[in-house]
Amino acid sequence: MTFLIGEKMTGGYGPVDILHDCTLAVDKGQIAVIVGPNGAGKSTAMKAVFGMLKLRGGQVRLDGEDITALSPQDRVAKGMAFVPQTHNIFTSMTVEENLEMGAYLRRDDIKGTMEQVYHLFPILKQKRRQPAGELSGGQRQQVAVGRALMTQPKVLMLDEPTAGVSPIVMDELFDRIIEVARTGISILMVEQNARQALNIADMGYVLVQGANRYTDTGEALMADPDVRKTFLGG
Amino acid sequence: MKKLPPVALFGIVGLAFILVGLLQSWTLAITILNDGLIVAIMALGVNMQWGYAGLFNIGVAGFFALGGLAVALVSQPVDPAAWAAGTPRILMALVFGAAVIWAGVQTYNRMAAGRLRTLAMLVLLVGGFFLFRAIYDSAANAVEALTPAATGNIGGLGLPVVLSWLVGGLLAAVAAWGVAKTALGLRSDYLAIATLGIGQILIAVMKNEDWLDRGVKNITNVGRWPVPYEVDLQQNAAFIARAKAWGMDPQTLSTIWVGLCFTALFTVVLLVLLVLMELALKSPWGRMMRAIRDNEIAAEAMGKDVKRRHLQIFVLGSAVIGVAGAMFVMLHGLLAPTSYDDPLRYTFLIWAMVILGGSGNNWGSVLGALIIMLMWDEAEGMGQFLASHLDMLPSVISGNAAVSKWVVDNAVYTRLPVIGLVLLLVLRFSPRGLIPEK
Amino acid sequence: MVDFLNAIVALLNYVIVPATSYGAQLALGALGVTLIYGILRFSNFAHGDTMAFGTAITILVTWLFQSWGIGFGPLPTALLALPFGIAVTALLLLGTDRMVYRFYRRQKAAPVILVIVSMGVMFIMNGLVRFVIGVQEQNFADGARFVITATQFRNLTGLDEGLAVRTSTVITVVTAVIVVAALFWFLNKTRSGKSMRAFSDNEDLALLSGINPERVVMITWLLVAALATTAGVLYGLDKSFKPFTYYQLLLPIFASAVVGGLGNPVGAILGGFVVAFSEVTFTYAWKKVLTYLLPASLAPDSLVQLLSTDYKFAVSFAILVVVLLFKPTGLLKGKSV
Ligand SMILES: Nc1ncnc2c1ncn2[C@@H]1O[C@H](COP(=O)(O)OP(=O)(O)OP(=O)(O)O)[C@@H](O)[C@H]1O
Ligand SMILES: [Mg+2]
Repeated sequence: MTFLIGEKMTGGYGPVDILHDCTLAVDKGQIAVIVGPNGAGKSTAMKAVFGMLKLRGGQVRLDGEDITALSPQDRVAKGMAFVPQTHNIFTSMTVEENLEMGAYLRRDDIKGTMEQVYHLFPILKQKRRQPAGELSGGQRQQVAVGRALMTQPKVLMLDEPTAGVSPIVMDELFDRIIEVARTGISILMVEQNARQALNIADMGYVLVQGANRYTDTGEALMADPDVRKTFLGG
Repeated sequence: MKKLPPVALFGIVGLAFILVGLLQSWTLAITILNDGLIVAIMALGVNMQWGYAGLFNIGVAGFFALGGLAVALVSQPVDPAAWAAGTPRILMALVFGAAVIWAGVQTYNRMAAGRLRTLAMLVLLVGGFFLFRAIYDSAANAVEALTPAATGNIGGLGLPVVLSWLVGGLLAAVAAWGVAKTALGLRSDYLAIATLGIGQILIAVMKNEDWLDRGVKNITNVGRWPVPYEVDLQQNAAFIARAKAWGMDPQTLSTIWVGLCFTALFTVVLLVLLVLMELALKSPWGRMMRAIRDNEIAAEAMGKDVKRRHLQIFVLGSAVIGVAGAMFVMLHGLLAPTSYDDPLRYTFLIWAMVILGGSGNNWGSVLGALIIMLMWDEAEGMGQFLASHLDMLPSVISGNAAVSKWVVDNAVYTRLPVIGLVLLLVLRFSPRGLIPEK
Repeated sequence: MVDFLNAIVALLNYVIVPATSYGAQLALGALGVTLIYGILRFSNFAHGDTMAFGTAITILVTWLFQSWGIGFGPLPTALLALPFGIAVTALLLLGTDRMVYRFYRRQKAAPVILVIVSMGVMFIMNGLVRFVIGVQEQNFADGARFVITATQFRNLTGLDEGLAVRTSTVITVVTAVIVVAALFWFLNKTRSGKSMRAFSDNEDLALLSGINPERVVMITWLLVAALATTAGVLYGLDKSFKPFTYYQLLLPIFASAVVGGLGNPVGAILGGFVVAFSEVTFTYAWKKVLTYLLPASLAPDSLVQLLSTDYKFAVSFAILVVVLLFKPTGLLKGKSV
């Protein structure tokens, strides 16, 4: 049962279309991974799904409901969360304030969720009074993911969460992401480290020039010789 | 919105001036026109900086005032007493001051960063400052003490006043060069604030340095050759005869005649500048300027020396404003440094003209200048007009003495919100102005 | 020793006390500029006129209160009128935002366009102030003039130098401290305040977090109304009210905000004091203090005034340029759009 789907999305930033009939979907509690060369339109597709881009064609559905016309804020309220590729934390605010801002729309007690995030990323608890801008790259990504989790989303969208992160921390992060998925949150994620990402993916999408090139389960993509040759380096 | 062609727009403005002449008086129409021509030149200067190059100069009043100063320095008679008392020493002090600053910059550039350099700079600048003051203060005081009621300043060069147009441009250019060297690297709104500061300082200097231009005591004997004086015309038999022949009284005709002489003179200057600027805009230089404005980073990547171009245009634009400043003082026969201390009138109003006319379009700037000056000067007489037509107002106003007095007193200020409104409406609904850049 | 004390008192009386109250006024003004810059991302040239407008309304209400015989004891009546001035100014600013700035915000217009738009607003507000109160100078301070006069101080201490502490100085400092403390409490401890900081820090991410930009902008204008009016009223109580003077405050206020780092509230306060102290230091005639401190043979015979007070702008300007040349984002890190 597809939980979130961007179907046949067509659009771009200006008059030129970047996405061409691009489709991305993720099921409940599953992990979908988008891979592809630089400039393929992965980030653009994520923005399109999150309503940060005007679509000229296609639609976005969440749990069966058409949300194509909703603003990003409204999508947050509907249970979606997004961690952009860059500028994904409030650098001048403390870690804790970053998390609080993630929960801005919530009016209930956020203590429990914050504890969950700290449990997931223990280092953040230690650094919670420190400005997020003073953290290391890996720690920042943790803050970014933590901020997104604070809304208690049903679907979490991550744009290259492991960018600029050492291999060890990357494995850590992937483990955490799997942990998050186990709690029933769907994850739609763009990854540069295609191998590792497809390894943990239920579904994989290979985007090239704004269009779907290959779509299959993570396993099947890993096994496909064409995909291996062109996108996974043999 | 469909735009009227420029010719039609100028035609409408021309008609407005004719209406002023017919309904009010020709003297008024000519006065406004002359003011309008001068601000049109200022607007050309601002348009060069903002429209061609995207440089945000709000120190316009300062450069304009500096141009006015040139009139005093050029056209006032030579004052031997002042030369004997202290003029050479003042000049020496100024040269010395410049030398200290130059040495400071050199020290900063040549020495390696560190405590030693800081110390050297400090000693140089502080020591230089006190030495400067030692030479300068006594000399300035000596000059100011000379017949303060009549002169009390260094006088001028006794040259024809028309020359001061060039000198005014030159003075403004030199000042602009100084500003540009320090502040041009800054982001647009920082540059704006820096130019605002420079403008205020220039005006403060002119207001307070009596040895230079008598400060608040003003200078009136500036001359206006080749334009004749009204009194001379009124005593000229041929002129009186002509006035009789045209059925006008000599006094009115003399004012109009003098006004028209200025109009002719200013129009020539304006046209020459317009032609030069249009040529420049269409030359490779102008195209490059616009390329830089539209995408500084790309232009820089293509090997254009952005900083140098900006410096050039900032200096040129300020020089044009300086020329206008000299013309302004010549027209009014008065250098009143305090009057410049009104950025709304001498800086932001000019900006409104450029925006209204269309940034980047020279003809637009001229059109905008004429329109706004017309509005501004017409509002000047509004209080008087209302006072004499009180019965035309609703009785709530005319019936109550306090209210009607308030209305009459404040009528002139309506021009501020009106201009503001015009500016906002243009920015909102026609951001490219009346005559958009091609 | 007595000479030394006298020198200290003279220094306090002529430099430190006046500069402190001027610095507090500048800081409040600069806070307004810096908030607008941080949230709306443009330098607001209408800020001087906003201050003048708020002060003008406060003065009118003060006169009304006075005509009703309402006073505030030894304190100036204007303090009672201040909330009304703030409220009216807030309405004006919110109305301006609705009718003018919002359009450009939606367009995501370049900051420099907004600066020019603020010029238009400046013209309108400038005219408005003249309609409301005219162009003349107004003194609206009432209540006790001094906490302690120079004579009282001399009698009290037996020193030659007197230290006069004016009520307006004390009020300025106390009010500024309260206002700044409240502002920082708001920014750092409340949900709305934090959302403002978040918006200022990273607009896109704030939107992704569900922060409503219109609400942030509204709160900003409310704060600006309060800060600008308070700054204007304090300045007016301390010196006097004249629309043109307020207009001219734009330069030192901008200098303060920029020197501290535009968009950084702590910087604005620091900048305000840096500018104020430099201005006063450079334009004060040091002869008196030096005469006390130096042996008679070395006593200066000139005024030892580095710059005439007419050039105080030059000081703001010089600091501005020097700081920008060496620390382009200000003393404390500001943001650069
Ligand atoms: N804000 C924008 N405005 C205009 N064009 C953009 C913008 N962002 C990206 N593009 C263009 O859209 C195309 C796709 O960019 P996108 O960022 O989606 O690629 P990507 O697949 O995420 O690449 P990467 O792996 O480097 O992150 C590129 O050609 C890029 O130049
Ligand atoms: Mg990307």
